[in-house]
Amino acid sequence: MRDEPRRSWLDSLRRTMARVGAFFRKEPLDRELEEEVAAHIAMATEDNIRNGMSPEEARRKAMVKFGGVEQAKERQRESRGLPWLETLLQDLRYTVRTLGRDRGFATIAILILALGIGANVVVFSVVNTILLRPLPFYDPSRLVWIAPEKANGLSGSTYSVDAYEDLRAMNRSYEDVTGYFAFSTEDNYKLTGRGVPLPVTGIMVAENFFHVLGVNPFLGRQFRSEEALKGGPPAVMLSYPFWMKQFGGDRSLVGKAIALDGKPATVAGVLPESFDFGAAFSPGAKVDILTPLVMDDIRYEGNTLAMIGRLKPGVTLEQSRSEAKTLFPQFYWGKKYPESKGNYKDAGYTVFLKEYVSGKLRRSLVVLWCAVGLILLIVCVNLSNLMLARSAARSKEFALRSALGAGRARLIRQLLTESLVLAATGAALGLGLAYAMLRYLAHQGSIALPLLSSVKLDGTALGWSLLITVSTAVLFGLMPGIKASRANVQEALKDGGHGTTEGRQHEKMRTMLVVSEVALACILLVGAGLLMRSFLRVLDVDLGFQPSTAAAVRIDYDDGGKTDKRTAILENIAHRVEGLPGIEVAGFSDNLPLDRNRSWGSPFIKGKAYKPGELPGSFVYIVSPGYLRAMGMRLRGRDFTWQDNDKGEGVVVLNQTAAKGLWPGEDAVGKMAVIGKKDVRVIGVIADVSDTNVEGKSGWQMYLPMMQSDWGPDGAVLVVRSKVPPAQLASSVMRTLREINPNQAAVEFRPMQRLVDHAVSPRQFFMLLVGVFAALGLVLASLGIYGVISYSVTRRTQEIGVRMALGASPGNVQMGVISKTMRMASIGIAVGVVGSVAVAHLIASLLFGTTPTDPMTFVAMAVLLGVVAGLAGYLPARRASRINPMVALRNE
Amino acid sequence: MGDAKLDLLQGTLDLMVLQTLAAIGDMHGYGIARRIEQVSGDEVLLNQGTIYAALVRLQQRGWIDAEWGASENNRKAKFYSITKRGRKQLAEDTAYWQRLSSVMGRVLAMGEGGGER
Repeated sequence: MRDEPRRSWLDSLRRTMARVGAFFRKEPLDRELEEEVAAHIAMATEDNIRNGMSPEEARRKAMVKFGGVEQAKERQRESRGLPWLETLLQDLRYTVRTLGRDRGFATIAILILALGIGANVVVFSVVNTILLRPLPFYDPSRLVWIAPEKANGLSGSTYSVDAYEDLRAMNRSYEDVTGYFAFSTEDNYKLTGRGVPLPVTGIMVAENFFHVLGVNPFLGRQFRSEEALKGGPPAVMLSYPFWMKQFGGDRSLVGKAIALDGKPATVAGVLPESFDFGAAFSPGAKVDILTPLVMDDIRYEGNTLAMIGRLKPGVTLEQSRSEAKTLFPQFYWGKKYPESKGNYKDAGYTVFLKEYVSGKLRRSLVVLWCAVGLILLIVCVNLSNLMLARSAARSKEFALRSALGAGRARLIRQLLTESLVLAATGAALGLGLAYAMLRYLAHQGSIALPLLSSVKLDGTALGWSLLITVSTAVLFGLMPGIKASRANVQEALKDGGHGTTEGRQHEKMRTMLVVSEVALACILLVGAGLLMRSFLRVLDVDLGFQPSTAAAVRIDYDDGGKTDKRTAILENIAHRVEGLPGIEVAGFSDNLPLDRNRSWGSPFIKGKAYKPGELPGSFVYIVSPGYLRAMGMRLRGRDFTWQDNDKGEGVVVLNQTAAKGLWPGEDAVGKMAVIGKKDVRVIGVIADVSDTNVEGKSGWQMYLPMMQSDWGPDGAVLVVRSKVPPAQLASSVMRTLREINPNQAAVEFRPMQRLVDHAVSPRQFFMLLVGVFAALGLVLASLGIYGVISYSVTRRTQEIGVRMALGASPGNVQMGVISKTMRMASIGIAVGVVGSVAVAHLIASLLFGTTPTDPMTFVAMAVLLGVVAGLAGYLPARRASRINPMVALRNE
Repeated sequence: MGDAKLDLLQGTLDLMVLQTLAAIGDMHGYGIARRIEQVSGDEVLLNQGTIYAALVRLQQRGWIDAEWGASENNRKAKFYSITKRGRKQLAEDTAYWQRLSSVMGRVLAMGEGGGER
C-alpha cells in the first residue's frame, strides 16, 4: 500500500532533493518547460487543423483547451521547486531595493542597531566569561576555596603550613587539598643568563597544585614530589604567554634548565594557554612562572598559604563546612608551639571556587547587563518609532499593494523581512564592533577583573547575539507592521488624507514611544550618575599617601644575608639617587600599599594580658629612612634614621588605628611596646594608609626599620618623590642603579598612581561602561524626540501656515512646538525618576559614599535630560517658525 | 509541502497519467492529455496545462522518466515513460482505488431507511 512508511519516507526525501536541485536550475528548467508547452500547443493546433479548422481558430481552440499558459507554468514551478524560498528571495530583493532608496533611514537604523547589539554582545561576553562560564579547570564545580567566613580579601584568609598539612591528613571531605604561597610580589624572580636580567613574576604552589585543579601541562609533566623537598632539584613551570614571549615557543626547552636568580631550574613543563593563574586568583596580575613550594622553607613564616580543596564526589559544600567546624580548632599554627593549638577556631569555611573568584562581581555585572538591556530596549523603541514614521510615509504604497490583492499576512511579512534585514546588517556590524572591543578588553591587563584576559567572542556569544537580533527585529518590526496592514485603503489612497483620525492615532502612539524612551534613558542616566559620583568619592578617599609624583622600582642587591651590609648598600643608593636632579627624597620599603597582603602578630603592651583574638593582625612594612616622606605620608613624631640599627633601641612607627587600639585616648609617641619578643619604642604615628583596597577601612599597620636584624625585609622597593613627573626620571634613576649594581634587572619604573588606578580599576570599568550606555541612551532618546516633533511639524505645515496667516507670530509658533516637546519630555522624566528610585535601591550596595536617592544626581540628570530634550525640540520648532504661510497654503 | 487540500484531485490525475503511460508506452504531454480526454469520453474537464505539474511531480518521485524525442510529425517533444517503480506504484494505487470505489459504491447505494435496498 502507499503508506508503507520506509518507502514513502524515501520518496519524500528524493522529492525534496529534486526540489532543491530544481531550485538551483531554475533557468534551464524554465526554458525546457517553455519548449514543452510550445510543442504541446503546436501539436494541438496541428490536430485541430487536420480536423478542418482554420489556422487561427485551431490555435485559439488549442489555447482554450490548454488553459492559462502562465498559470500552468506557475503551477509546474510550484510543484517543481521551493516556492517559499522564492517568495523569500523576492521579499529580500524588494527590501534591498526599498532600503536602498531610503538610504538615510537605513543608515541610521543600522548604526543604532549595531551600537545596541554590539554593546549587548560585549557585556554578554564579559558576563559569560566572569559569571557563567565554568572556571578553566577540570570539573570546577567540586573545587572550593577554604578561608575564614569573614575574611577581608587575602589578609587573614591564609593558613600556616602545619595547619595545611593537618587538613590534608585529617579531612574526609576532599579528594585532596592544595595551596599556594599567597604573598609573592611582582617581579620576585630574575631570569638570568640571557643578557640583562629580566624580572619575572613567580608563584610558589604546592606540589599537587595542578593535579588538584585538574590542569595538565601543555608540554612536559607535573612537578615531582622530590622537587618540593628542601634541597630537592629546583623545577619551574612556565606560563604559556611567558614561554611564547621569552622562548619563542621552543618545545625543546622542556627538560632543560633555565637560570632563575642565577641558579639553574629544570623546566618541568609549559602550562596550557587556558591556564592563567592571575586571571583566577589575582586579577590584573600577570604570572610568568610557577615553582614548587618547599613547605619547610615557610613553615614558621606565618599564615602564608591560600588553600583550595577538591570535594570528593557526592560531598556537599555544607558537609565540608560542618566538617571544618570540628576539624579546624584542632590545628596548630605551629606544632613547635603547643599553645598555638586552637588558633584556627572558627577559621574554617568553604565557598565554591567560582564564587570566590567572581561572586563579588555578580551584582555589578548584573547591573551592567540590565543597563545594556535597557539600551537594547531603547534601540527597539527608537526603531519602532522610525519604522512607524516610515510606514506612515509609505501608507499609500501599502494601500495600493493591498488594493492589488496583497494579503495582510503578506504585508506584515514584507515589513518583518525589512526589519530582519536591518537587524541582521546591524548585528553584523555590531559583532564587528564587539569583536574589536573584546580584543581591546582582553589585552587590558591593568583592569583587576578576574578572567577578563580570556574574554572573547565565542559560540555562546554568537548564539546570544542571534537571539537578540531576531527578537529586536520582531519587536520593532511587528508593531508598525500590524499598524500598517490595518490601514484603511480608501482613506490612505485619497489625496491629502491629513489630519484624519488615523494620523492622530499614529502620532499618539509615537508620542508614547518617545515618552517611554525618555523614561528609560532617565533611569540609565541616574544609575550612571550615581556610579560616577561614587567613583569620584572613591578617588577622593584619603589614601594616607600622595601617589602623584611618586614612583617605585624594585631593586636588586646582594647583601650576603648581613644586615650591616644591606644598610650600607641601601644608604649608598638612597644618597646617590637623592643627588639626582629633580629627586626630592628617596626611601625603601619591602612592600607597597594596595599591592599585596602581609599580616604579622601585632605589637602589644608589656605585662598586659590579652584575650586570644583581642589583637588583630598588623599589616607590616619594613622600611628605610625617607620612605614615609617619599610616599607623602603624614607623620607625627620622627622618621627613622640610618642610625636606627642594631646598636640603637628597637623602634616602630604605627598607624593611627594601631596607636588608638593600643593606647586609647593617649598619645602613643614615645610609648614602649613589644613586637614578637623585642621591646620597641613608638617613635611616630602616621595617618592610616589604604593597605589592601581603597574602599575598605584600614587595619592595624606598623613600620619597622630595615636596619635592624630582627626584621628581615622581603626584597626592597625604591620609592622616589620628585618635583617633575616621575616618567621623566626613569632613565636617570635606572642608570644610577645599574652603575651601583650591574646585575640590576631591567624592571619597570612604576608611577605610584598606577597602583591606585589598578585598585580602583574595576569600579572605573563598570562606571565607564554604564556611563557610555547612559550617553547612548541620551542620544537615542533625543533622536526619538527630534523625529516625532519634526514629523508633526511637517504634517502640520498647512495648519501652521493658516495660523500664521491669521496673525500668529513666529515666536508663538516656536513656543507652541517647544512646549509640546517639553510636555512630552517632562512626562518621560517624571516616569523615569520614579523608576530610577526603584533601580537606585537595587544598586545601593554598589555605591560608595553616595545615597541611592542622592538629590544632586537626580536633579542634575533630570536637568540634563530636559535640556537635551529641549534642544531636540528646538530644531523643528525653528523650522516651524520659518514657515512661509503663502507657500504652505499654496502647496497643499 | 502545503498542497494537502488537493490531495485527492492530485492523486487522481497522477494515477491517470501513470495508467495512461503504462497502457500506451512512451508519450508526450499533449498525447497523454488527449488520451485521458478520449478514454474518459471527454467527461473529465481537464485544463491540459495542469498535466505538467503532475508530470514533474511523478518525475521527481522517480515513477516516470522523461526524454526529448521527435513526435510523429517530427516535432521536438519531451516523451515520458513509466519506470519500474512507477509500475509498482501504479499497482498499489490501482488496488487502493478499486477498494475505495467499491466501498464508496456500497455506502452510496445505502437506502434512506439505513437498510439495503
